[in-house]
Amino acid sequence: MTSTDLPTARGADGRPAERSSFETAMRARKAGGAKLVVPYVTGGMGTDWVEVLAAVVLAGADAVEVGIPFSDPVMDGPVIQEASRLALEAGATPASVLASAASAQVSVPVIAMTYYNIVFHHGLQRFAEMLAGSRFSGSIVPDLPLEEAGPWMAESRAAGLDNVLLVAPTTPPDRAEAICAAGSGFVYGVGLMGVTGERSELADSALEVARRLKAITDLPVLVGVGVTDAAQAARVCEVADGVIVGSALVRRLLSGEGAQGAGEFVAQLRGAVDRG
Amino acid sequence: MTLDGAAAAAAASPGPVVMTDPTPAGRFGEFGGRFVPESLVPACAELEQAFRRFWADEAFRDEYRSLLSSYAGRPTVVTECHRLGTQLGVRLLLKREDLAHTGSHKINNVLGQALLARAMGKGRLIAETGAGQHGVATATAAALFGLDCHVYMGATDVRRQEVNVFRMRLLGADVTAVSSGSATLKDAINEAMRDWVATVEHTHYCIGSVMGPHPYPWMVREFQRVIGDEAREQCRSLLDGSDPDVVVACVGGGSNAAGTFAGFAGTRARLVGVEPAGGAAIGKGTAGVVHGMRSKLLQDDAGQVLEAHSVSAGLDYPGVGPEHAYLDSVGRATYEAVGDAEVLDAFELLSRTEGIVPALEPAHALAWVVREAGRSVPRGSTVLMTLSGRGDKDVAQVMEMGRG
Repeated sequence: MTSTDLPTARGADGRPAERSSFETAMRARKAGGAKLVVPYVTGGMGTDWVEVLAAVVLAGADAVEVGIPFSDPVMDGPVIQEASRLALEAGATPASVLASAASAQVSVPVIAMTYYNIVFHHGLQRFAEMLAGSRFSGSIVPDLPLEEAGPWMAESRAAGLDNVLLVAPTTPPDRAEAICAAGSGFVYGVGLMGVTGERSELADSALEVARRLKAITDLPVLVGVGVTDAAQAARVCEVADGVIVGSALVRRLLSGEGAQGAGEFVAQLRGAVDRG
Repeated sequence: MTLDGAAAAAAASPGPVVMTDPTPAGRFGEFGGRFVPESLVPACAELEQAFRRFWADEAFRDEYRSLLSSYAGRPTVVTECHRLGTQLGVRLLLKREDLAHTGSHKINNVLGQALLARAMGKGRLIAETGAGQHGVATATAAALFGLDCHVYMGATDVRRQEVNVFRMRLLGADVTAVSSGSATLKDAINEAMRDWVATVEHTHYCIGSVMGPHPYPWMVREFQRVIGDEAREQCRSLLDGSDPDVVVACVGGGSNAAGTFAGFAGTRARLVGVEPAGGAAIGKGTAGVVHGMRSKLLQDDAGQVLEAHSVSAGLDYPGVGPEHAYLDSVGRATYEAVGDAEVLDAFELLSRTEGIVPALEPAHALAWVVREAGRSVPRGSTVLMTLSGRGDKDVAQVMEMGRG
């Protein structure tokens, strides 16, 4: 596939597509000098997961990533695998997760994180409408790389949703530029070569991928995968515009810390990245 | 004749040209593609480039062919089943992949991939395995080439195939029992992909079937087409220059069937893939995307992948290779399902009538032949069946089930 065949966020006339309110909000936070904190919560895990959403927003999250659990999450490590399994065992479905998230009425943007079969199975147009109808701002689909993303990007754009695309440490420079040109909302820098999960040390690749992305795009650059605690989040935000923290938060939920523990952890992240 | 419509059409004309190269995006019709995390995209592209380069290179192909003949024991013979054929009223020929080194067709693919891994400078192989045959074959190739090897196997399969686990360790491989999900082949694939996401710079993922992201379904079919190419010529010698009426093989992911069909796609032979009733992705599945490919799979109303259930660990897979989904969609091959009881009967039947203990996987193909002989396979037909592996690995399991 040549680069001219790749999907792009720009319209047929080559001008940038209209920016969504989500991307506008993220850009405004970034422009104001703030760093973005985006926690990840597995939808449907635990009876109190909607309260967890409210708690992390109250604690200062700029947006929330809600995982729609999938049976075969190949990009996820043991913590999010376990959370997904528990959610599915408790009967969570894409429809139930979206309905609950909509009912939470959180004051910040919510983005879905799921795998492509969930999207594909519902039908691209229908799933985009389901997300938009549940007041989601966009989606992250980690097993849908740029070459395969065209149809979903078109349907979600038509529904007013952003497509957050990922750039990995192994992504070559020209490909990273194509991904930044095609994605919207923010660009997700994958902090290390590996699946989601906590690491005792921040990988050098987390800062490296952030530096590379900052040099080639004016989209907000957020780094996730392997960002484990407040100190690591602060370190990442010395370069990046923000962090995504998933496993470290979900592990706290799996060990029963509940909405209160989740809120305290996100407050720590908030404090650390704000202090800089 | 009770041929159904699609099969009759296929028998009447060669139909569309199939089993050629996929599109540049790795599609067979609407199926295939490359649905992997961004971290793995460059590795898939590198592998595709390496495969295209080396598969067009005579020196590489000579080395591959030489390994197949001097190490894997190719060509494997075609055996005519005189006693069983008389009993069934058909002429039954077996392509004897059970006689290849390590006891199954899996060696054909791993020798090709190990050569590619070496050419790409990757010192470590990882693999998933169901029944253990692909794990053993990968561990064998790793030993032969001096590569590190790590095999992922569902914990359920580790229990029912413990001898193969020991064989892999004997060959120097590490084996991880995977207990997530259904603890079978599907989960072993997930775990192997998770390993690969973290190790891709020095590791080659040696996928064992015609599944996964582009270029695997195509590349593995090409490495397995030696089965069908040999069998076609062997059949022509045995059948005075003609081709068999029916060509049949079992289908889990579908590599032995794809390799067999590749040799006969250009003939008038009716192509039949046989799936386990509890894992019939083509028969009962719907379109979906899992393990890097768009294909057909067993899934629930919400798009969650279901567990397959089969007496055979090697076919215990809810998906299927995308090219099979394509062959089904254009009617060039048909896919049938058989149940565990018929399979166990066929396992015993071949043992007693021909002195050949088949693996439970190809016993599926035989169970279909037994059921259909005199029905959709008319008396007097000639049937070529790929006996993809030997049954030694399954003897203990069948014994525990009180059979034999």
